[in-house]
Amino acid sequence: MAVPRFWREIPSRYNLIGTRCGNCNQVHFPPRYLCPNCRRVGKLEPYKLKPRGKVISYTVVHVAAEGFEDQVPYVLAIVELEDGPRITAQVTDCGPDEVRIGDEVEIVFRRMGQEGEEGVLYYGYKCKKVS
Amino acid sequence: MNVGIVGYGVYIPRYRIKVEEIAKIWGEDPERIKRGLMVEEKSVPAPDEDTATIAVEAARNAVKRAGIDPQEIGAIYVGSESHPYAVKPTATIVAEAIEATPRLTAADFEFACKAGTAGIQTCIGAVEAGMMKYGMAIGADTAQGAPGDPLEYTAAAGGGAFIVGKNNGESLAMVEGTYSYTTDTPDFWRREMRPYPKHGGRFTGKPAYFKHVISAAHGLLRQLKFTPQDFTYAVFHQPNGKFPLQAAAELGFSKEQVLPGLLTPKIGNTYSGASLIGLASVLDQARPGDRVLVVSFGSGAGSDAFSMVVKDAIEEKRDRAPKVVDYVNTKAYVDYSTYAKYRKLLVR
Amino acid sequence: MRDVAIIGVGLTKFGELWDVSFRQMMIEAGARALEDAKIDGKQIDAMYVGNMSAGQFIRQEHISSLIADHAGLVPIPSTRVEGACASGGLALRQAVIAVASGIHDFVVAAGIEKMTDILSGQATGALATAADQEWEVFVGATFPALYALMARRHMYEFGTTEEQMAMVAVKNHQNACLNPCAQYHTKITVDSVLKSPPVTLPLKLLDCSPITDGAACVILAPAEKARKFTDTPILVAGTGQASDSISLHSRASLTSLRAAREAAKMAYKASGIEPKDVDLAEVHDCFTIAEIIAIEDLGFCKKGEGGKVTQEGETAIGGRIPVNTSGGLKGKGHPVGATGIAQAAEIVQQLRGEAGKRQVKGAEIGLTHNVGGSGGTAVVHIFRRGD
Ligand SMILES: [Zn+2]
Repeated sequence: MAVPRFWREIPSRYNLIGTRCGNCNQVHFPPRYLCPNCRRVGKLEPYKLKPRGKVISYTVVHVAAEGFEDQVPYVLAIVELEDGPRITAQVTDCGPDEVRIGDEVEIVFRRMGQEGEEGVLYYGYKCKKVS
Repeated sequence: MNVGIVGYGVYIPRYRIKVEEIAKIWGEDPERIKRGLMVEEKSVPAPDEDTATIAVEAARNAVKRAGIDPQEIGAIYVGSESHPYAVKPTATIVAEAIEATPRLTAADFEFACKAGTAGIQTCIGAVEAGMMKYGMAIGADTAQGAPGDPLEYTAAAGGGAFIVGKNNGESLAMVEGTYSYTTDTPDFWRREMRPYPKHGGRFTGKPAYFKHVISAAHGLLRQLKFTPQDFTYAVFHQPNGKFPLQAAAELGFSKEQVLPGLLTPKIGNTYSGASLIGLASVLDQARPGDRVLVVSFGSGAGSDAFSMVVKDAIEEKRDRAPKVVDYVNTKAYVDYSTYAKYRKLLVR
Repeated sequence: MRDVAIIGVGLTKFGELWDVSFRQMMIEAGARALEDAKIDGKQIDAMYVGNMSAGQFIRQEHISSLIADHAGLVPIPSTRVEGACASGGLALRQAVIAVASGIHDFVVAAGIEKMTDILSGQATGALATAADQEWEVFVGATFPALYALMARRHMYEFGTTEEQMAMVAVKNHQNACLNPCAQYHTKITVDSVLKSPPVTLPLKLLDCSPITDGAACVILAPAEKARKFTDTPILVAGTGQASDSISLHSRASLTSLRAAREAAKMAYKASGIEPKDVDLAEVHDCFTIAEIIAIEDLGFCKKGEGGKVTQEGETAIGGRIPVNTSGGLKGKGHPVGATGIAQAAEIVQQLRGEAGKRQVKGAEIGLTHNVGGSGGTAVVHIFRRGD
């Protein structure tokens, strides 16, 4: 991923900054530029989502995405955040058999990848089971 | 001096490797090593962890404990000898990740294992001078030890973050004084483009660690007219379990004063994080009025000594973030091959 | 609007076609379709080509011109249509609309993908670009992983089993054995699916469609002119297309594709046909769970019972509603851009009664269901015999 493309999403990747519509109060993550409910009447403002949620579904990835090869098998989940929106995120610091639907998770800050051996490092969110 | 600690936080990765597991690979006697170094196991960073992620988690815990608006932090200094980039600051990553940007100054420090306490001193100066309301200093490392080197038994990962502010009702500890002792002593180094540090073997002991730690401690005690008996706790840099106890004994401190802040036996040497995690562990259990001595050591070489008195705010702030013991007890063991993979000793 | 009929179909062999190039494949499928329709290339008015990503697979964009040129069809208008794995279905729909509107009479709807000129890992990465790059792929999602997330949730909500999913693969391989064009002519068992290497659990290797080269082509004509070319024109009775969030996590349900339901609703309404009237269907089984979800979304069974009806043989040839008689994406192969067109070709052959050993007896009405990404795009067509 090109540097500017990673860089411009840093607030969302580091701090779960999404948007909330001042008109209908719906929270979006990732951020939106138009409220799907209110369209141009909507008033979108930045909104920081709470870093907690629960697992809606999960999979144990054995054939990795590019850049994730050294982490297999890893758990990828869809997590419903307390504020409502769902995200896709890796569940880190856990074995492949440790995640179940309904598990509570918190968001942690982790290294997500790199642009090759000489390129920039990508950081962002993963989740971790709440013990 | 009119400054205090407003908040602190630590982070220690979940994975551990036992001395036995490493000794097995190199054909060494684990019992001899455990006795010699007084280390049982060390923390290992997960493959998706580095100094920046450790620093961020520690910083977030510090902000939680401080209960402050991160926008009021005027400086972030990250001390480490394992910054993820050779050029490009770790401190900006932390600043962004705790939402302290953009009205602050930030920089990375490097002074072997004492870059974190150097950051605290810099913050003390800036806050005392009225340059900023709060300054944050972090010491964090994912320390490298060459395979087969004695350092491999101890080189660990972890970090501590401290927020310095004016000494008022907000502070959970008041800083009474600080004293540094620095000489040019090449006991341990890593050259440009080299993956692992080199060291002078036994030369790292007497002329390096002990000389600097003891001189800094003596200097501070003299300056403040204190004796070891004036302190409830003493935290010394802890490259292994043995050195800090020896230094304490030479200075006249008891084992009881040192043990609450001695983490190396359980997590190894977290380098820039070591004395800060030790201090955090003491603050996790101290009572208001307790006096704490902290002496860091960085190879190359130098020591920074601090004297702090714990204040009432500790009781209220302590439980706002995970404690050192929480991290120490949350662990999963890896074998040497997994460790080798995590530490990128194996590259496909 | 005019009624539209398909008067010719043509396919290449599907598989790892090492010695055949992109342009060669397209010409082969096109020539077969023209021959089948008994139409002269000079009569073709326009062409729509479904292709997901020639840019990534062979570093060639602007394939609309490339194909028109090599087909000897310049200067007719030629348009590439892209909707990830639904590109073929979308190209067909554009062609149908062009004929129905009266703008063009004889229109080619084609689909093509050349996937084996890059390593399979690179192909997997190319396919993943159909998912949300910023918020799915960046965090470690692969395409199979997204379907595995659906599968796990389907298992959780409805008790669907890995065995039932495996049965989809077993059935589709069995059908593929009867299809000369199919990539695989090998029978597999539930046990071999369950024991195949894990890809992204609960999905295993034999739950996944393969990487395939292939091209497919159909020729469309206004229904009133179709009889000049064939005694069995196949009418496009209804077409429907719908969209949804590109990212799976942004959708209300993980166990149903809203885009597919909406597209089906549109096609059923346009044709006046109901699910119970459909004699057979080609559905988008890029993964075994996808077929189970598809037959639920299309109304062939109750929500949550896709696994059960598969197990009971209702979707096999000879069952209540045969699904993927061609072998589906799983058995026939999945050259992504070609799939939507190849599905239509199978239904045409079946409704003409020309499907050989896999023929569904007395088939009069057939349906195709083609999905892009993890469900961000879906297109459904309903066909009926026009004689
Ligand atoms: Zn709104």
